[in-house]
Amino acid sequence: MSGETYQRYFGSQHRLVRETVRSFVRDEILPHVDAWEEAGSFPRRLYRRAAELGILGVGYPETCGGVGGDVFTGIAVAEELTGSGSGGLVAGLGSHHIALPPIVRHGSDEQKRRFVAPVLAGERIAALAVTEPDAGSDVAGLRTTAVRDGEAYVVNGSKSFITSGCRADQVTVAVRTGGPGAAGISLLVVEAGTPGYSTSPPMKKMGWWASDTAQLFFDDCRVPVANRIGPENAGFKLLMENFQSERLQMVVIANATARLALDEALRYAAERRAFGRPLADFQVIRHRLADMATEVTISREFAYRVAAKIQAGVDQVMEVSMAKSFAAAVCERVTHAAVQIFGGYGYVREYPVERLFRDGRILSIGGGTSEIMKEIIAKRLLAEDEK
Amino acid sequence: MRIAVCIKQVPDTEARLRVRKDGLWVEEEDLPFVINESDNYALEEALTIAEKTAGEVVVVSLGPERVKDALRKALALGASRAVHLAEEAFQGGDALATGRALAAAIAGQEVDLVLTGSQSDDVGYGATGSVIAGHLGWPHAWLVMGLEIEEGGTSARVTREMESGMNEIFRLQLPAVIEVQAGINHPRYASLKGIMAAKRKPIERPSPADLGLEASQIGAAGSRLEVLEVAFPDSGEGAEMLEGDAATMARTLVEKLQREARVL
Ligand SMILES: Cc1cc2nc3c(=O)[nH]c(=O)nc-3n(C[C@H](O)[C@H](O)[C@H](O)COP(=O)(O)OP(=O)(O)OC[C@H]3O[C@@H](n4cnc5c(N)ncnc54)[C@H](O)[C@@H]3O)c2cc1C
Repeated sequence: MSGETYQRYFGSQHRLVRETVRSFVRDEILPHVDAWEEAGSFPRRLYRRAAELGILGVGYPETCGGVGGDVFTGIAVAEELTGSGSGGLVAGLGSHHIALPPIVRHGSDEQKRRFVAPVLAGERIAALAVTEPDAGSDVAGLRTTAVRDGEAYVVNGSKSFITSGCRADQVTVAVRTGGPGAAGISLLVVEAGTPGYSTSPPMKKMGWWASDTAQLFFDDCRVPVANRIGPENAGFKLLMENFQSERLQMVVIANATARLALDEALRYAAERRAFGRPLADFQVIRHRLADMATEVTISREFAYRVAAKIQAGVDQVMEVSMAKSFAAAVCERVTHAAVQIFGGYGYVREYPVERLFRDGRILSIGGGTSEIMKEIIAKRLLAEDEK
Repeated sequence: MRIAVCIKQVPDTEARLRVRKDGLWVEEEDLPFVINESDNYALEEALTIAEKTAGEVVVVSLGPERVKDALRKALALGASRAVHLAEEAFQGGDALATGRALAAAIAGQEVDLVLTGSQSDDVGYGATGSVIAGHLGWPHAWLVMGLEIEEGGTSARVTREMESGMNEIFRLQLPAVIEVQAGINHPRYASLKGIMAAKRKPIERPSPADLGLEASQIGAAGSRLEVLEVAFPDSGEGAEMLEGDAATMARTLVEKLQREARVL
């Protein structure tokens, strides 16, 4: 061993975190995950249990009921949860990771007490609602209105594709409180049970089956002004900030999903025989495995590098966008190749690669599509004004 | 009630071992280490008792720097502090020297009970606990499958597994040294909150002098046993690979166990 050092992203504390989450996944998720996937839902008590272990609170300050931890603690948790092989479960159990950060950063103490602590305790489920039927990528074009009336906003409009939408107890909703464009957007926390608020049944999806995805409807729904996060019409910036952590999270899930598919493919290629020898003896398969491993490694190493810079406070808007579009593409290619290596078995639900392939597809769409990622990258490269 | 738990860090039993160049031990570089299996159960037992009695758990370990990870894990699980016998002089001892050092470390902690696992998964002497009890002059039980602290906290009801599937149940006066078996309880996971809090918990690192020990009493110098070689046995004769589908293999195996091995 040479005495040279290089940056190691994970230390002994992260290893302990991994151990706990891995045991939780092995003992309390894997035995049930196939049934939950088929049922399109996992039990609510899993939030409680994950909270008890501190899994929901990673990355949140102790003053809000979190357990602290750096960016890599969050990555370790996300990687281990993805080991469940159910992207839907990871998305559902983690929907607070997109719903809470704006409240933690910009909410009042009272708002944190009401809307953050109970979620991190696993008592309430939180969702984020930005996307609308007619405004997805074009966030600044959202149309759900919130008109001030005394101490309340009267909200009208609808949201689509909201993760945990059906059973969320509270939703961080992007609404239009001002004029058109980015400058007229605010964030409101809407609680389930508020008159005028309703949800669709769960949408039937290609992947992410274990998570519920819903449309939300607001029909003269009165939301207290006290539920507004941050100043009026300052919501767009809060959303953009929030996208950074959401995107990094999706990068990690993409890489971990690809890694799982690769591991499955490696095992299968060594076991499965055709024409009298293991698949792994065919050069086409060997080289494909080598390509898969290369892509997974490069994608993961780049993601860690970006995460380390985020941890150090360096602006990584462009790099996170690169990591997301790259990791999502790697995930698609690798899960696709894994299905191919499994042959017919890769197409049936008894084998995990079938699900990994379906689950991976959302990663180049949700949290900002790959096209939008490339727009962000190009704008930075061409030094164009960000609007 | 204050309880000391002795934990040993051992190579993960699933790891592939290579013999070190000098032939005296295994190559440790890149080897994953974990807390010895039965020690996890000792720790869980201690944490449960401490919770019931509003007490505390002190973990004690002898071993090189890497042992810090095992101690941190124990702290993450709920122990309140740790004692690490890390100095070079402590290392490389047999059960006699190691037990002596651990007993000296425990003696300073004013504990009511010492819990350990029954055996280490690496060398498996199964003797360290007895040596500790001998030095402390306390009663001792080995291969314990059940433990209950009795009313008043001055005695423990202990269930031991004997040969032939019988149990032995007896009472021990505290303080005592009790060595538990794996399987006695269900070890908890470390909560992430516990893991974060472990960073702030103290790990004491006493020197031999702090414990009133001479260098000649501990480590390799204090040992009466000298390891001459560790080696893998030559792969045995008589191994037989069964063939066929699972059902056929299971049937053949049962037959062989009945007729040839006569263990069923
Ligand atoms: C399972 C699932 C869960 C989701 N969870 C949530 C959630 O919890 N909360 C939430 O708010 N949203 C959620 N979404 C919504 C998701 O963020 C949007 O689907 C996504 O942002 C894309 O928006 P859109 O579907 O309206 O597509 P559109 O914006 O209509 O895009 C359609 C296509 O046009 C491309 N395109 C659009 N604009 C441009 C451009 N300027 N240049 C080049 N190409 C462009 C897109 O890349 C895409 O390929 C979820 C979606 C799914 C499927």
